[in-house]
Amino acid sequence: MSYSLSHLRTLEAESIHIIREVAAEFRNPVMLYSIGKDSSVMVRLAEKAFAPGRVPFPLLHIDSKWKFREMIEFRDRYAREQGWQLIVEYNRRAYEEGVGPFTHGSRVHTDLMKTQALLQALKRYGFDAAFGGARRDEERSRAKERIFSFRNAFQQWEPKNQRPELWDIYNTRIAEGESIRVFPLSNWTELDVWQYIRMERIPIVPLYYAKRRPIVEHNGNLILVDDERMPRELRRRAEWRMVRFRTLGCYPLTGAVESSADTLEKIIEEMMTTTKSERTTRVIDFDQEGSMEQKKREGYF
Amino acid sequence: MDITTIDEFLAQDERKELLRLLTAGSVDDGKSTLIGRLLYDSKRLYDDQLQALERDSRRMGNAGEHIDYALLCDGLRAEREQGITIDVAYRYFATSRRKFIIADTPGHEQYTRNMITGGSTANLAIILVDVRHGIVQQTLRHSYLVSLLGIHHVVLAINKMDLVGYDRKPFDDIVATYHQWLATQNIVFADLCCIPLSALEGDNVVERSANMAWYEGASLLEHLESVPINRDINLSSFRLPVQYVLRPDQSFRGFAAKVASGIVRRGDEVVALPSMRRSHIKDIVTYEGSLEEAFAPQSVVVTLEDEIDLSRGEMLIRPEDRPSIGHNLRAMLVWMDEQPMDMAKLFYLKHTTRLTRGRVTTLHYRVDTNRATKVDVSRLQLNDIAEVSLTTSSPLFYDAYVTNRATGAFILIDPVSNFTSAVGMIICEDRESAEANRGYVSLAEMGFAGEEQRVIERFCVALRERHGIDIDLRS
Repeated sequence: MSYSLSHLRTLEAESIHIIREVAAEFRNPVMLYSIGKDSSVMVRLAEKAFAPGRVPFPLLHIDSKWKFREMIEFRDRYAREQGWQLIVEYNRRAYEEGVGPFTHGSRVHTDLMKTQALLQALKRYGFDAAFGGARRDEERSRAKERIFSFRNAFQQWEPKNQRPELWDIYNTRIAEGESIRVFPLSNWTELDVWQYIRMERIPIVPLYYAKRRPIVEHNGNLILVDDERMPRELRRRAEWRMVRFRTLGCYPLTGAVESSADTLEKIIEEMMTTTKSERTTRVIDFDQEGSMEQKKREGYF
Repeated sequence: MDITTIDEFLAQDERKELLRLLTAGSVDDGKSTLIGRLLYDSKRLYDDQLQALERDSRRMGNAGEHIDYALLCDGLRAEREQGITIDVAYRYFATSRRKFIIADTPGHEQYTRNMITGGSTANLAIILVDVRHGIVQQTLRHSYLVSLLGIHHVVLAINKMDLVGYDRKPFDDIVATYHQWLATQNIVFADLCCIPLSALEGDNVVERSANMAWYEGASLLEHLESVPINRDINLSSFRLPVQYVLRPDQSFRGFAAKVASGIVRRGDEVVALPSMRRSHIKDIVTYEGSLEEAFAPQSVVVTLEDEIDLSRGEMLIRPEDRPSIGHNLRAMLVWMDEQPMDMAKLFYLKHTTRLTRGRVTTLHYRVDTNRATKVDVSRLQLNDIAEVSLTTSSPLFYDAYVTNRATGAFILIDPVSNFTSAVGMIICEDRESAEANRGYVSLAEMGFAGEEQRVIERFCVALRERHGIDIDLRS
């Protein structure tokens, strides 16, 4: 018997430790569940952390009302099968006012239906810790964020004044109204996530697999015709193309990639030979200079 | 690549080890360039990132004709403007042999706390030196911090060899000076490797350089891929700091924890601290099922044969290998807070999963990290490092940091701001304070004698052995 852990088992053990630490030290934690592959891994790690018991906190999905339909189907079926406590929240006022990416643009939509919806939900339930599935290898500003990332009473992140974070000793102390965002997958890479999904047979939304889908090319992105809310002049240009999604979000803001990868192995192979980073398929990262950092300061995950 | 090979690749990839490394160097030593080179040459950069890099290099790069790899590492807007790295940034890359996590930390004096942060989990540290400037104060400071953090593997990367015509002499001189300095400071790195390289030109970074035939050692990446790290974790002393008690139903009571050090097997006799109650490991439970044994740093759940009192912040150990138990410690403290230390403050102290209160009772000396010498100290300010005595309100179960990183480290949290004000590395028990804080009574003066004294002695021995209450009997 050799007493050394592989990188995936090391990352797994660290993530489980982080998740348990939150459950032990916070009054009212919640796990943000985005339905994507990273979330799926994070939820599996939570299940592992408390087995044979149940996960002692709820999952929260912020529904922007523009997610792919297959995501919502997957969410509801999987939550039911696994017996999760799932909370679904959305920005009611903005929704009733008809906010959406086609009419209001990606910035306004993301701010109201994602950032503001999240902040409202955190406040409504009084959550003092929220897990997110972000990884440090995704984006430059994330590379500098702590695993336990402090948010002031206005939910803002101050990159220059982060708490030192050493060893695996996490400072979980906060004052009333303040909160902590916790990123158990901080040290995982995109490849680690895929490897783990394969190794652990974790179910993922079928949109990740290549299939013939109705696609419209719009501002350089391949957008799926997912429902009737897409303006008719766009829908008219739809054509069937073999595509898959590397990240999932709001369908009008998430570009597909042309691909024939219809198995996990092919996805991994494609990922390793691809020449584009996964965030290039996200419209919101490019809408202003330093834009992810700006959104994080405002409270976005 | 067909499916057989991707399967083979995945099977191999799943078994790779993880190496964490810290890079330290001055602003101008070419640290970011080196990291960029490692990422670039191991193909961890995508086209869009490269295009952005080329665009940014033209617009605001400082590398002349070359791609400015440093821009890859400087993420936040403020530092893009200032042209410096201001916080720890983590980078990821992999080769066919290992996965790597780089903590990129700044070289400026005011940011020592970030280097300490980045280095706390590192297996290996790369200390960069500009061959034209040799060993400078910053090199010494970084070396001292690396030794303080207990990082076993050190690479002295002597960079910009292209600027001295790849000449051997300046390299040899720097290596000799460095060894001399380490000896005068009593700093011993278990594994020190000195490599001449040029990050900008790529010499000895990934491939061995044809420009330096006189150098017979490995390239930096070869060294990173092969340095043995499986002994970096303490596997000899079993310590299980209870993190979370799982009670899904009446029949199951499990103790969830990450094994801090050592190995434990089903059936092992264990002792619970501080109750000193003994039991045996009944089962080691995971999501996948039971394990025969568990070792650091696995996260597991253990169950015990007996219903004994045990909760978060307490610890399971083996009876024959006990940690120190006590309230009075000597430790090296690194001050991380903009607010200077207030000796009157009762801090929160977090050690493993245990949270208690603690006060710094004595400042013994401060370390002048520029010369690694001891100087007098009256108060601690940001980035100061000092040896101190501390007293805690409940006892800690600890080991010296040099023998066990996981049970020798702690943090101090300001009770008002909740900021992590300081981090500490335990040296040993503080015997003087322990002695001074100990009360005593004379049995003879109290009128006990003969048989009565022997009964009291037996009682005291039982208290010590069963409950760890330290009672010293002297005739």
